[in-house]
Amino acid sequence: MRFVDEFRKPELISKAAEEIRRLAGTDRHYRMMEVCGGHTHAIYRFGLKDILPENIELIHGPGCPVCVLPMGRIDDGLSIAKDPNVIFAAFGDMMRVPGTLGSPLEHKARGMDVRIVYSPSDALKLARLNPDRHVLFFAIGFETTAPSTALTILRAKAEGIHNFTVFCNHVTIIPAIRAILDSPDMRLDAFIGPGHVSTVIGCRPYEWIAKDAGKPIAVSGFEPLDMLQSIVMLLHQLKNGEAKVENQYKRVVPWEGNRAALKAMGEVFQLRPYFEWRGLGFISQSALRLRDSYAEFDAEQRFEVPGIRVTDPRAAQCGEVLKGVLKPHQCKLFGRECTPEHPVGALMVSSEGSCAAYFNYEHRKTALTQLSVA
Amino acid sequence: MRFLETNSPVTTGARSVSIRFRDLQIEMAHGAGGKAGRRLVEGLFAPLLYGNSPGPLGDAGIVDLGGTQVAITTDSFVVKPVSFPGGSIGELAINGTVNDLAVSGAKAEVLVVTFVLEAGLPSSVLEAEVRAMAKAAQAAGVRIAGGDTKVVEHGKADQMYISTTGIGRLIQGITIDPASVRPGDKILLSGPIGDHGITILLARGELDMEADLRSDTRSVLPMIEALAQAAATGIRWMRDPTRGGVATSLNELARDCGLGIVLQEERIPVHDAVRGACELLGLDPLHIANEGQFLAVVAPEYADVAMNALSLVPGGEAAQIIGEVREQPAGSVLITTSYGGSRIIDMLVGDPLPRIC
Repeated sequence: MRFVDEFRKPELISKAAEEIRRLAGTDRHYRMMEVCGGHTHAIYRFGLKDILPENIELIHGPGCPVCVLPMGRIDDGLSIAKDPNVIFAAFGDMMRVPGTLGSPLEHKARGMDVRIVYSPSDALKLARLNPDRHVLFFAIGFETTAPSTALTILRAKAEGIHNFTVFCNHVTIIPAIRAILDSPDMRLDAFIGPGHVSTVIGCRPYEWIAKDAGKPIAVSGFEPLDMLQSIVMLLHQLKNGEAKVENQYKRVVPWEGNRAALKAMGEVFQLRPYFEWRGLGFISQSALRLRDSYAEFDAEQRFEVPGIRVTDPRAAQCGEVLKGVLKPHQCKLFGRECTPEHPVGALMVSSEGSCAAYFNYEHRKTALTQLSVA
Repeated sequence: MRFLETNSPVTTGARSVSIRFRDLQIEMAHGAGGKAGRRLVEGLFAPLLYGNSPGPLGDAGIVDLGGTQVAITTDSFVVKPVSFPGGSIGELAINGTVNDLAVSGAKAEVLVVTFVLEAGLPSSVLEAEVRAMAKAAQAAGVRIAGGDTKVVEHGKADQMYISTTGIGRLIQGITIDPASVRPGDKILLSGPIGDHGITILLARGELDMEADLRSDTRSVLPMIEALAQAAATGIRWMRDPTRGGVATSLNELARDCGLGIVLQEERIPVHDAVRGACELLGLDPLHIANEGQFLAVVAPEYADVAMNALSLVPGGEAAQIIGEVREQPAGSVLITTSYGGSRIIDMLVGDPLPRIC
């Protein structure tokens, strides 16, 4: 399959792995954070840890939008959809994320009209098809998905559609990286930069990470070869005592980002003064809301929203895992009270969450020396 | 429906049984063929209906009727839409039950059919499905002995549901028993995976995606008969990986036999359209449903003859040895990639949902 198989070629991968071993040597330990949940998923799915030398440690970052969403927001969104006239539409990612009284899927089982959509424009299509009902799109995601929400709102306004609102949970990646770097117990050498987010924001917003924080960053694709090449780039920088932003994912990410997407976001959204992140707490200017000129499409302005706040169970150590201080299996609840089927903490809910990825792909994997099947 | 592989008569009654099913309500996940469904069957159905000590769950029950052993199974079909590229609910209803019997080592002889119809269903739709059933039954060499019809109010069902119950004659020489599986045994897969599940997902029209793809629904009996003729005594276990996919079937095997299953990713046949859709939607082809494939565990010395026999049957050309049984990782399925990585493959949790953000 084109654009996939080229980046999974065994010869090239073993070459890259060899280069990494050569550069990494044995005399020091490297801690690299992959910011994006898509990378976390890829690392486990492709078993990259088996290929990397032991002194390269990958720390899973905060870039999983489902994982960092506080439970109270889910409760708030679902409370609007209690009205039988409301259709609750969201991405598949959201469907199993638990609120206090259950996930959207559990609410669907009890009769709520919950629909899985593939894009915000599909939610708008639902609004067109059901003019007598109200469609609530529960929007999540970083800058990757925010432009399509913005464009959908622009389209709804242009078409004069009145039975469609967005419950906006879009967040931005840079403040989260800053929060991680500001954390006192954080010791990182470099970042594997998010690929999809960067198709929208470009590479420029990361320059402070290199200049001010002195950490190398390589914006990376999601195939095994992409990630290995990014690690090679970072090792070169670290060996040479450099810190700069490099773009490994040039085939998709333009340095300046996607101007049309940024323009649409700027037109529809403004920054919230602060927003709560699960595991990280309140981060200022880290999330988006609809501008007042689009208030008619803003569920938080059109509906009574209870503003529920739910604290995570004290035993769950999501924050420590999210910041890379603990590995998923070192959390007290991992694999016992907290599993993908019955997630307690944030990181167990999405397959991009580090705990779920670790549970699904790594857990129980014993040290098998001979893996080749005769 | 999964059955206990048991020859003893089913006993129920006033004895105290332990109900381990604690879920508060039934959700779609309980019918998706994965972990939740297993919990329901093992925690509620088995203790109350089959007695206190459930053994491994198979695709059909083997019962003794006056000295003759027969296989019996039942299955319900609620697919939406009722017809899709490559097949329809009527065809599935016949093939599904024929296949459950086939992978239990039995040739379907007789089926009975139940229709649950929604008032307002156009007769032409029903006729098309009954014709599809007749055709599939003829192809599989199975007789329809009778049936039942219920009609529910408009809106209380989704067009039509079909349930089929089948009785099969055991194919000589085959014994299906997870306890007979040994390290070194080979895992055989009859052909490309994921065609049915992805075809249905796309046929629902909710995702704006199109692909040149057809459901793989078919009777696997001819392939299993060929396999039995060539290597009957080498066959240890079989399963048709329907809901929950290959991953769920093999996890059930790993758990039932207490051994590890190690697969080689590059040996697992997957059509490009299925791979592409799975890449886009964040799904794993190993979790996607099939309706015309089966998995078999064969003793290593029979692997070559089994493969040869299968490759000569129409539809078996793409069969592959996809891995083997090992001591470790006990109770789990591990997949290795051609570039040296590996990962654990778990059972499906809930329904496969597209991953977007």
